[in-house]
Amino acid sequence: MLGKLDWSAIPFDQPIPLIAGAVVLVGILAVLIWVVVKGHLPYLWHEWITSVDHKRIGVMYILLASVMLLRGGSDAIMMRIQQAVAYQSQGYLPPEHYNQIFSAHGTIMIFFVAMPFVIGLMNLVVPLQLGVRDVAFPTLNSVGFWLTATGALLVNLSLVIGEFARTGWLAFPPLSELSYSPGVGVDYYAWSLQISGVGTLVAGINLVTTVLKLRTKGMNYLRMPMFCWTTLASNLLIVAAFPILTATLAMLLLDRYLGFHFFTNEAGGNVMMFMNLIWAWGHPEVYILVLPAFGIFSEVVSTFSGKALFGYRSMVLATMAICIISFMVWLHHFFTMGAGPDVNAIFGIASMIIAIPTGVKIYNWLFTMYGGRIRFETPMLWSIGFMVTFIVGGLTGVLLAVPPADFMLHNSMFLVAHFHNVIIGGVLFGAFAGFEYWFPKAFGFRLDERWGKLAFWFTFLGFFITFVPLYIAGMLGMTRRMQHYDVAAWRPWMIVAAVGMAVLTIGVICQIMQIVVSIRNREALRDRTGDPWDGRSLEWATSSPPPVFNFAFDPDVRGEDAYWDLKAHAKRQSLEHEPPEYHDIEMPRNSPTGFVCAFFATIMGFALIWHIWWMVILGGLGAWATFVVFAWRDHDEYVIPADEVARIDRVSIEDRRNLVSMAGSV
Amino acid sequence: MSMTATAGRAHADPHHIGRTAEHEGPAPKRIVTAYGFWIFLLSDIVMFSCFFAAYAVLSGQTADGPKGTEIFEPRNVAIETVCLLLSSFTCGMASIAADVRNRFWFYLGMAVTCGLGLVFLIIEFREFADLVSRGYGPSRSAFLTAFFSLVGCHGLHVSAGVLWLLTMMAQVFAKGFRADVLRRMMCFALFWHALDIVWVGVFSVVYLLGSGG
Amino acid sequence: MNLLDPQGPVAAANSTILVDSVFIMLAIVVPTIVAILVFAFWFRASNPKARFQPDFVYSGRVEMVVWAIPALTVILLGGVAWIGSHQLDPAAPVPGTGSPVRIQAVSLDWKWLFIYPDQRIATVNTLTVPAGAELNFQLTSSSVMNVFFIPQLGSMIYTMNGMVTKLNLRADSEGKLHGLSAHFSGDGFPDMMFDVNVISPLAFPDWVAATAKSDAVLNEESYKKLMQQGVEKGRPVYRLDDPRLFDLIATQHIPPGPGPELISDAGRPHSGGHDAR
Repeated sequence: MLGKLDWSAIPFDQPIPLIAGAVVLVGILAVLIWVVVKGHLPYLWHEWITSVDHKRIGVMYILLASVMLLRGGSDAIMMRIQQAVAYQSQGYLPPEHYNQIFSAHGTIMIFFVAMPFVIGLMNLVVPLQLGVRDVAFPTLNSVGFWLTATGALLVNLSLVIGEFARTGWLAFPPLSELSYSPGVGVDYYAWSLQISGVGTLVAGINLVTTVLKLRTKGMNYLRMPMFCWTTLASNLLIVAAFPILTATLAMLLLDRYLGFHFFTNEAGGNVMMFMNLIWAWGHPEVYILVLPAFGIFSEVVSTFSGKALFGYRSMVLATMAICIISFMVWLHHFFTMGAGPDVNAIFGIASMIIAIPTGVKIYNWLFTMYGGRIRFETPMLWSIGFMVTFIVGGLTGVLLAVPPADFMLHNSMFLVAHFHNVIIGGVLFGAFAGFEYWFPKAFGFRLDERWGKLAFWFTFLGFFITFVPLYIAGMLGMTRRMQHYDVAAWRPWMIVAAVGMAVLTIGVICQIMQIVVSIRNREALRDRTGDPWDGRSLEWATSSPPPVFNFAFDPDVRGEDAYWDLKAHAKRQSLEHEPPEYHDIEMPRNSPTGFVCAFFATIMGFALIWHIWWMVILGGLGAWATFVVFAWRDHDEYVIPADEVARIDRVSIEDRRNLVSMAGSV
Repeated sequence: MSMTATAGRAHADPHHIGRTAEHEGPAPKRIVTAYGFWIFLLSDIVMFSCFFAAYAVLSGQTADGPKGTEIFEPRNVAIETVCLLLSSFTCGMASIAADVRNRFWFYLGMAVTCGLGLVFLIIEFREFADLVSRGYGPSRSAFLTAFFSLVGCHGLHVSAGVLWLLTMMAQVFAKGFRADVLRRMMCFALFWHALDIVWVGVFSVVYLLGSGG
Repeated sequence: MNLLDPQGPVAAANSTILVDSVFIMLAIVVPTIVAILVFAFWFRASNPKARFQPDFVYSGRVEMVVWAIPALTVILLGGVAWIGSHQLDPAAPVPGTGSPVRIQAVSLDWKWLFIYPDQRIATVNTLTVPAGAELNFQLTSSSVMNVFFIPQLGSMIYTMNGMVTKLNLRADSEGKLHGLSAHFSGDGFPDMMFDVNVISPLAFPDWVAATAKSDAVLNEESYKKLMQQGVEKGRPVYRLDDPRLFDLIATQHIPPGPGPELISDAGRPHSGGHDAR
């Protein structure tokens, strides 16, 4: 009846996950009860859960990412403590638990922190920057988000029901095959990624179509803000790379469930094929994450320097070059597999070539600052912190692309330090910069600067205190994923890294404090102009938070830096003041399709993991029925009457108008 | 605040880009939908290409089991191919019928397409069932693993297509040729033709090359 | 296990390339970081002396330079990578004194088996080699992937079931080194560290002779016992019964090692992990 599921699936003998799970469960229950008792459920349902508004969905993506960041961060803390104490001893985490933790840490941080964070920011900002009302496929957007949430839910379910993979975040076969990992861990891993992968693909298709086909009048390709370009590049990579992940995991699942032989040791399976396929997805994935971050830094550096982005054309060229070359370098992840000198050298050089456009980007940011009037508000701090940190990560990255150096550093703690250097220093700093920068746009008030700056400095210093020791440990021959070790020379560095982790944790606490304090002081921090940073692109041309229709009028773009252009122009001739004529606006209706679909996907995923076949069929039928019902609806849009548009637009129009007429006069 | 009112040129071209073509604004819904679906199809083809790649890598790994030449039946494959190619034609007819809003020809075209798709699926299913009953299931060797997954993946797509096709017919029956139904019909037609193209690949790589070697 | 303290020519060359590459890159990285900090500081909004140039957003000459600097660096490093990859190909010969020693390494769950086919002996978790001689490794795995790595001798290489990889190394000075597996392979993975005893070429035959007197015999049967999952704390040595044992493993005539036995159907914490402790 329940497949493989029985009481032994609950880890009654392991206090750590049990207590953690119980705390989370109590927390969720408490929140749910509070929501129901306070009567917020209808609000949540109508305004958020069923919302197809790109801004709301973006916010929910970011919320998901933030919660998962805490989960992944807890894993990181546990790992750093384990390695600090596990010298000539077993530490406090047995291998079967430690191995789950590092696998879950990697999986969660990439798929459920970094991905939803950048997708959330793109969702929130890109339609505003393009001057349009929504993304190309609003309901699918909601489906994509909820499927991502399903994946995250399944991963976290493994904490208390069964186990997570103990194979590392890429689940290399043959270790991940049924014969060496007979538990449900790898199944949790694979199914949650399959389901969230569909969500990511949908988001990718949606954003590519949005950027290519939905731009407001006059928004040529070469007038798009840089963030839109990097969004385009990143989502093109999603569309081209995620199907590879889907296919690869499907093959692994076929091996595990139906006895196929793609990657088994037996009957001619080929493990090297897995390595090639997974990295053919995995390397572009890195750029899927970091390209939007590059876009955020471009926006932030330009805004806070009070200048247009230096070398815009070069930046576009560099972005697209990275997009293409990132597909030609995957083999550098396994130079040490014996591919032969020619192949190694070619892929090594191809990997280095990516450093050229990346370097160009750094220099262009540098020259954007040159001759600027730089304001060191929190988003700018994250950006400068990024530039410094990322260059170090780039250096070690190019070093790892030199095959003979990689022959000694492959899979070492040096590698671990390198990719944290680029992912924390690049993606996470970018996400934080974007979060601070666009928070006022999303919620209508700024974040507290003092706590924000504290968060930056603790995170920045904590990063170096944590990861420089890991670089050194790598140079001392330490390899990754060691549950314990006997080498005395490694130990002091592991202790320093644990201290660094504590500093990083303080940084995270500061971030939380920042949000709490800002919400408390929201009236003082209120932004009525819609343009708190003296911004340059169209998202600042509407109120904060923007109305559901984003713009009362379709913006007409006449040059780059559309909103800046408008402000500069307004300085010279006063803006016409006769009341504009408002029109009816059609907007997509809310739809529970995404949520219902994810509900059935969760049931189906869980049932597949535990081999509960009747439930699989039920979930599958439910998902299909949801789509048919969705296809049968008669009204997919509703009309906001012109009066209503006028009422909403006039609420803050005076503040915004004043800002525009005064702009540039600084 | 009316933004259409402004025509700033002060910073209009700071990057020395020169004049660029004027952009007219967002594309109409029909274009957007088709464009998005094209992108989905491309990504689906990327997924197929992984299974093709796996087949290319594993096709020699027979683990002392049967080779392609020993199990492929060219006659069946020929019938399957004819079915699919014909169905692409009838699907095209149905699309044209939908465009001119002719119900009779639409239903007829879709029904024939469905019939041909089902014939294809039945032949494929029998081929698979026959192989499994002879002990040549996908667990027999890596070659058979790759063969079953590549051909089976295409078969699953065709099955999903048939399900979609029936849903489309029901939609036209219930809702008529509404704009959104027509957009869906266009996506369906794209999907069905794409499956044809993939089948040409399967036919060439698996069956033609397989029976040659 | 310091990578910058090489004990053989391969490690020496690897670490030279590593250090050289770092210095080549530092030559542009350091000025860039300094420039970022200086520009950010000088052009702060509160500095009245800094000249505000809002129109400085395009300069053909600057563009040329910013593309050229990373490109030139990469051309230089690309040369290093190309030459290095060829000279330091793991399969390339590493000439040494005396006759080369053939060693066949098998990664097991979770220990290393070293077979000396010419000497007809085998050891577990200890690798004893003569200083100065070329060491010809052939490597495979009994089950999952691992990576064979002796940090101070250089160049690591994967071991995979059903496949043989090749690696040539040389140890130049006598002493005790450590090796490990550099690819996660399951619960006992951290215990896959092994000793490397580099002894004098004169002492090597004596060690071989002493080892060959071992009572334990390595044949198909005892190998199958050895490849069960578990950690080996001791350092057993064997007489080698059949010098073709490695080929039998590599060609899968001996089937791949078994995984853990599943205790509960829910398969949460199962065996293996418990042995590992």
